[in-house]
Amino acid sequence: MATSAALHHYLIEAARRWPENTAVVDPGSGSLRYSELHRLSDRVRDRLRAMGVRSGDRVGLYLRKSTDGVASIYGALKSGAAYVPVDPGAPPSRNAFILQNCGVSALIVESRFVERLRAEHETLGPLPPMIVLESVGSGRGLSTALDALDRKGLAPPTDTIDAAPDALAYILYTSGSTGKPKGVMLSHDNAVSFVDWCSELLEPRTTDRFSSHAPFHFDLSILDIHVCIKHGATLVLIGEDVGKDPERLAQLIAAERISIWYSAPSILALLSQFGRLNELDLAPLRIVLFAGEVFPIKHLRALTRQLPGRRYVNLYGPTETNVCTWYEVKLPIPEDRLKPVAIGKSCSHLQCKVVDSEGETVRRGDEGELVVAGRGVMQGYWALPEQSARAFLAQAKERWYKTGDVVFEDDNADYVYLGRRDRMVKRRGYRVELGEIEAGLYRHPTVKEAAVVAVADEETGVKIKAFLSCREEKHPSLIEMKRFCAENLPTYMIPDTFSWQTALPKTSTDKVDYQRLKEMR
Amino acid sequence: MSDVEYTVKQFILKEFLPGEDPSELTSSTPLITGGILDSLATMKLVMFLEERYGVRFEAHEVDADHLDTVADIAKLVAIKKG
Repeated sequence: MATSAALHHYLIEAARRWPENTAVVDPGSGSLRYSELHRLSDRVRDRLRAMGVRSGDRVGLYLRKSTDGVASIYGALKSGAAYVPVDPGAPPSRNAFILQNCGVSALIVESRFVERLRAEHETLGPLPPMIVLESVGSGRGLSTALDALDRKGLAPPTDTIDAAPDALAYILYTSGSTGKPKGVMLSHDNAVSFVDWCSELLEPRTTDRFSSHAPFHFDLSILDIHVCIKHGATLVLIGEDVGKDPERLAQLIAAERISIWYSAPSILALLSQFGRLNELDLAPLRIVLFAGEVFPIKHLRALTRQLPGRRYVNLYGPTETNVCTWYEVKLPIPEDRLKPVAIGKSCSHLQCKVVDSEGETVRRGDEGELVVAGRGVMQGYWALPEQSARAFLAQAKERWYKTGDVVFEDDNADYVYLGRRDRMVKRRGYRVELGEIEAGLYRHPTVKEAAVVAVADEETGVKIKAFLSCREEKHPSLIEMKRFCAENLPTYMIPDTFSWQTALPKTSTDKVDYQRLKEMR
Repeated sequence: MSDVEYTVKQFILKEFLPGEDPSELTSSTPLITGGILDSLATMKLVMFLEERYGVRFEAHEVDADHLDTVADIAKLVAIKKG
């Protein structure tokens, strides 16, 4: 029997209580009931154990988003291992680095990725034992792969492993400042404390249908998958192509009767502009969650107007803590509101405070860095003891994770996000938050996307470059943009250059790729 | 358009509006209040004008009241040149 502190206990319990409920839907290819998902993940567990996986090991997942992927996640957890999902769209060299870095003892992979991975491994050493899937979708590819392995030799049935609360549940790799991805290690207790907090917030029902919009290597997926499974609800997997196409996506939300939506704001902004939401029946949708970046207020206002009567919740937090603060948006959003919504209050399983550069707590209302302690905070970065130590406040009794985000606490005791510590620059002696310039640019009626970067400049110290995409074919002139900025921003915030793009470059998690923008001329 | 206006316009386009369609910048486009010239850029323009036309600007003249459009600038330069 698994302890309640283990993430996979949610599936075991749900399969016992609601065996016939639909657990996962792969639109277009089928679905699995709880009893089926449980059985399939048991088979993965047995196979992984037979391949030599033991408690405390890591199992890599190199799959497109699918029911097969969900079953693999639970199979890995049941085998006592932590799962390490990699981005199937990322370069094989990056994924090979990740799998090698954390030393996976087995890999569940789609055959289409094997050859290039094998080529990468020629310099890295032998590949780990693999379960190779010819295809994914509704669990059939995984089932077929397990059948094939069984024909060569049955995997003896094993028990599900009781994971200790501090045992690792998954490692998510994020981009590291050195250019190599770093693995954020999260334990069962980290994840379970977060999932249980989500239950308080969302009060999910078995009839709920959760979106799974974020890829599995992105921390938003923790809420999607595990909160859904805990409550016997249905997880609707959204593929990458549909996920980026607002019109098809809106139709899918309606057709799949999604009731709890969670994604980055960027896709919600596109949905509100191009999703033709008013033509669709979206009555089941009751909660809209967003996280990962600032939601430009004009797009949030437009969305809440098109879809009134829902709960809109801004969830904030880095991968290292998952969500650590939350703010429920008060509707309607006034027409004259220009600032984004707050990030709100600390989640109940965590504590937050605001500190100055010395690590001392600031007075209420003063700006400082948000630091987070409590059950949800990561164990550290995989095999990076120095970076792990630096991630926490020095000389503190508790482990306070430093988010790198500058906030202040407003009169309602809500935290207000000001920006990344590393996105604040000094210009002409003024402190400039690049996000504030972006918010200003978004107020221009033809601006569809805006991103601002600061680059070192010999002459002026720092040059501010704006990258924009336009809603219309002919973009406004430089002079018009400068005049618009002069009317909406302090002079020292007016960008030096404006560059129009068809669309802004994005990272694999669909956030604006600032690194690439900095490299663009 | 006077020679001075043309020269000032070319300088502003080159220095502060790279890539802009030249026809967008007219003699009456607001430069300082329009966000094209910030204080640093205005100083740069003044230094260019002083060197090019052998004139001197007083500190109180370096502001939006005197230098906000290409026409204003050309007028002031013309007065200074006598």
